[in-house]
Amino acid sequence: MSFTSWSAFWQMGGYGPYVWGAYGITVIVLGGLLVGYLWRARRLRQQLAHELRRNQVQRLRSK
Amino acid sequence: MSTAYSWVTAFYHLAAPPRCYQLIGVLLPWLGGGAALFFIVGCVWGLVFSPPDYQQGDSVRIMYVHVPAAMGSMAVYVLMALMGAIGLIWHIKIADMMARSCAPVGAAFTVLALVTGSLWGKPTWGTYWVWDARLTSELILLFLYMGYIAVQNAIEDRDKAAHAGALIALVGLVNIPIIHYSVEWWNTLHQGTSLFKLKPSLDSRLLMPLVVMLVAYALIAWTLILIGTRNEILLRRRQSIPVQPWKKST
Repeated sequence: MSFTSWSAFWQMGGYGPYVWGAYGITVIVLGGLLVGYLWRARRLRQQLAHELRRNQVQRLRSK
Repeated sequence: MSTAYSWVTAFYHLAAPPRCYQLIGVLLPWLGGGAALFFIVGCVWGLVFSPPDYQQGDSVRIMYVHVPAAMGSMAVYVLMALMGAIGLIWHIKIADMMARSCAPVGAAFTVLALVTGSLWGKPTWGTYWVWDARLTSELILLFLYMGYIAVQNAIEDRDKAAHAGALIALVGLVNIPIIHYSVEWWNTLHQGTSLFKLKPSLDSRLLMPLVVMLVAYALIAWTLILIGTRNEILLRRRQSIPVQPWKKST
C-alpha cells in the first residue's frame, strides 16, 4: 500500500487533479465509446427486426 | 473443381460476414470480460499498490493510462491500414468493415494519449504542450484519424468509401515509425524509449502494472473494434449491400 490514508490517496502527493483528471477522462472516453457502440448495436438489431416483420406482413398480404 | 479454387472459396466462405457475425458473438464475452478484469486490476495496482517515483512522485501513475493509450493509438492505426490494404487488394468486405470500425477507437486512444500526456507534462515539465517531434507527430495521427472518418462519412458508396479510406490510412502509415523513432532522431522534450529495448529501463514494480494495463487496452481495443465490425455487418445487411467479394455495390 503506497498511501497511509484515504485523504493521502485523493491528494496523490499534491498531483491529485492531474492524476484523477487523467484517469477520469480515460474512463469517460472509453465508457462513452462502449455505450455508444452497444446502443448502436441495439438500434440496428431493432431496425432489422422491424424490417423483417414488415416484409413478412407484406408477403402475407400480397398472397 | 481444382483444389486451389476450393481453398479460395473456403477462405471467402470463412470471411463471409454472417460467419464473422457469429464468430464475433462467441469471442466478445471473453474479450470484454478480460478487458474489464485487466483494466480494473491494472488501475488498482497502478493507483494503490505501486510505488511513487522518486523524482515525479505520484504523478507517475498517469503513465499507466498514458502509455497504453499511446501505444494503442499506433497499433490500431496499423491494424486499420492493414485491413484497408486487404480490402483494397482482395476486395474482402469484412476487412473494409473492420478498418472502418478501427477509426473511432484509434482516434479516442489518440485523444487520450494527448490529454493524459498533457496532464502528465504540466507537473513534470511545467507545460501542457510543446511542439516537439513526438507530441506533434501524435497530433498529426489524430488529424489522420479525423480525415479518415470524415472521408468515409462523405462518400455514400460504402465500398468506395472503404477504398478511399484505405488509401489515406496507407499514406499516413509513415507517421507511425516517425512517432516511434522521434525521440531518437530529434532532440525532444518527451523522454526516450524505455520499453522497446533489450533491457527495459523501468523498475519491475512499475513495469508490471504497466504490462497489465497494456494487455487491458489491447483487449479493450479489440472488444470495441469487434462490436463496431458487427454493427457494420448489420448496417450493410440493412442497406442490402452484397457481401460476396465479386459483387459490386450499386
